[in-house]
Amino acid sequence: MKTRSLRASAVAAALLLGMTAACTSNSDNADDSDGGSTEGGGGGGGSLTYWASNQGTSIDNDKEVLTPVLEAFTEQTGIPVELEVIGWNDLQTRIQTAVTSGQAPDVVNIGNTWAASLQATGAFMPFGDEEMDAIGGADKFVETALATGGAEGEDPTSVPVYGLAYGLYYNKAMLEAAGVEPPTTWEEMVSAAQAVTDPATGVYGLSLASGSYTENSHFAFINGAQNGAELFDSDGNPTFTEDGTVEGIKRYLDLMQEDEVVNPSNAQYDNAALAVADFATGKAAMILTQNNAGATITANGMPDDAFGVVALPAPSDAEDDIASHVAGINLSIFTNTDNKDGALQFVEYMTSPEVQTQLGRPFSTLPVLVDTEATFTDNTELAETFTDIYNNRSAPLPLVPAEDQFENTVGKAMNQMFATIATGGTVSEDDVRAALQTAQDQVQASVG
Amino acid sequence: MATTAVSEKDDAGQEQRPPARPRRRSGWWWPYALLAPAVLFELVIHVVPMITGVWMSTRQLTKFFISNWTAAPGVGLRNYQVALDFDAAVGEALLRSFAVTCAFTVLVVLVSWTFGMAAAVVLQRSFRGRSGLRTLFLVPYALPVYAGVLTWNFMLQRDTGAINHILVDNLGLIDDRPFWLIGSNAFWSVVVVAIWKMWPFAFLMLMAGLQSVPQDVYEASAVDGAHAYRQWRSITLPMLRPVNIVLVLVMFLWVFNDFNTPFVLFGTGQPAAGDLISFHIYNATFLTWNFGLGAAMSVLLLLFLLLVTGIYLLITNRESRRA
Repeated sequence: MKTRSLRASAVAAALLLGMTAACTSNSDNADDSDGGSTEGGGGGGGSLTYWASNQGTSIDNDKEVLTPVLEAFTEQTGIPVELEVIGWNDLQTRIQTAVTSGQAPDVVNIGNTWAASLQATGAFMPFGDEEMDAIGGADKFVETALATGGAEGEDPTSVPVYGLAYGLYYNKAMLEAAGVEPPTTWEEMVSAAQAVTDPATGVYGLSLASGSYTENSHFAFINGAQNGAELFDSDGNPTFTEDGTVEGIKRYLDLMQEDEVVNPSNAQYDNAALAVADFATGKAAMILTQNNAGATITANGMPDDAFGVVALPAPSDAEDDIASHVAGINLSIFTNTDNKDGALQFVEYMTSPEVQTQLGRPFSTLPVLVDTEATFTDNTELAETFTDIYNNRSAPLPLVPAEDQFENTVGKAMNQMFATIATGGTVSEDDVRAALQTAQDQVQASVG
Repeated sequence: MATTAVSEKDDAGQEQRPPARPRRRSGWWWPYALLAPAVLFELVIHVVPMITGVWMSTRQLTKFFISNWTAAPGVGLRNYQVALDFDAAVGEALLRSFAVTCAFTVLVVLVSWTFGMAAAVVLQRSFRGRSGLRTLFLVPYALPVYAGVLTWNFMLQRDTGAINHILVDNLGLIDDRPFWLIGSNAFWSVVVVAIWKMWPFAFLMLMAGLQSVPQDVYEASAVDGAHAYRQWRSITLPMLRPVNIVLVLVMFLWVFNDFNTPFVLFGTGQPAAGDLISFHIYNATFLTWNFGLGAAMSVLLLLFLLLVTGIYLLITNRESRRA
């Protein structure tokens, strides 16, 4: 009797568990992963909720920098702003969860490469003429920066707030000691890195965030674009397996595999700050990173005059000398905000010349407004280098709805390939092509 | 949590069943009234989302419809076709993840049960320090999952982790620092962490089960000359059979569905060798915003677990009837 009722209960419990298991995989986990409650709609009473991306040296640092700026906004307008700063590993998932559930903040920072993808969800307010006027007009923005706001030919659903670009940072003393000049081609970069690398002392020529899928996907794009490859066709279908992209990714992987100028440990670096820290502490002579690395370098104790920056070099026979994507952060307003006017006022404030100048330094960002000087550094040479890269040698990542899926699938496939190399395996061009085919199939399955 | 549910239902079941029930007495509705909130919440929290999940699996629920998902067009069984087409990328990855999860589950359940049984038997006899050991063994179970697994994540780092520090620097067993969280070692890392997390549960259940085995049976068998192993095989195991049947099933379901361990241990790293199925479905869904496909994979997982559970209970039922 006892055994039977116990068994009946077991069946019931088991069925229940099985069912919950199936459910959690598609809905509950989304909530688990965001690790905290999300305030919906800013409460309506004139207040705003703002999700900021991590731009400074840490999330706390971001709060310190932003709090007085937001307090000044509240003083001017009487609108209180509730701030949450979100790290890069979580931001995309958090935004997806917000879109899916409708439990969203009023204003959010997005990686500008996601703009067209997020636009496709319909969850973000388009900046039509009226909205654009409310934030000071489209003319105030640098054209290339504003072009990242959404798909071509549609009203953008985001506007630029921080401009960023990749550069090759080098440690002046280390290159000088090895007797090499700052590189101007990919080949020179590799030989300079080899001249510095000494695994016995733990010093390497380059440090990469090889475990970060966003960083990896950026270099898949830049290296592929240098070879003249396109990631999507005109209909928005993925074309990841083009020769140029395969060769470009292989070239980037070979920095660890064949050239051996990258510490295999970098395969676990899931955050660009880890690679920057290696550079700032003399474990790596060069890094490929965006101009906001400045704050982290200084925080790690490396003086401003100890490093220089050149554009990320292309191979000598490259079809294009592109050195960066048009990187940066955009501001978006969720369509279901209760406080559209307040949100527009806030976006206008954040993209005003005063706030741009105020935040340019602590976050080491490039201005997104025309006729504004770069304030992220006192080093005019550095400012000029980055302004030149941003204005003349950057191309936007494809402005198609599936762009974020490219970052996710190709970036994570590259994580795996770096892991294979780091653990003693080899990755051939065919392996790269096969991995890209898988990524392409995954994206195609959802594009339809 | 499931254990309390089981025992409560057991007790309730016995109370509700008087020897004879001639006619309805006043207050007959009382148990139903008491159960009603539970049934209601069960419907709201489990059944409705589950049906929604099945419905979602027949839709092309991509980002274009995500903010108005009832408008997503129906695609019939196409999502299932994609998930089960093992020659194409999506299906092949799902199959590989399924195989990894099966191996993971067998290892974790087997080892956790063995550890739990050994510890429960050893701690059955009273000796000085027994309660201290019991408490110590239960620590991994009591620790919040995130804190525990995150600590493992730190320990398993290649350059700064305690494991490599001990293996390479202190003991000198290996020259080259191995990676534990990427590459093929990732499988063993997630197995070890899952066992660490799971075995105290087996220990707790078996320890509780052992309390109900009367001491005089052991004494009688000792008089007949039975040694410790013989006692375990002929007395302990058969007496614990009902507990074991539930324990193994519950552990199987938990371990097979484990999401937190790989999620916290690997983060966005997601190595192929540690690609457990819940984590895989989550990634496949959020990777491409293809929630219809993710729902189809979840339904397939549900069907598989139901099938295994059904077969398991059928076999254990038949065996106990024969016994």
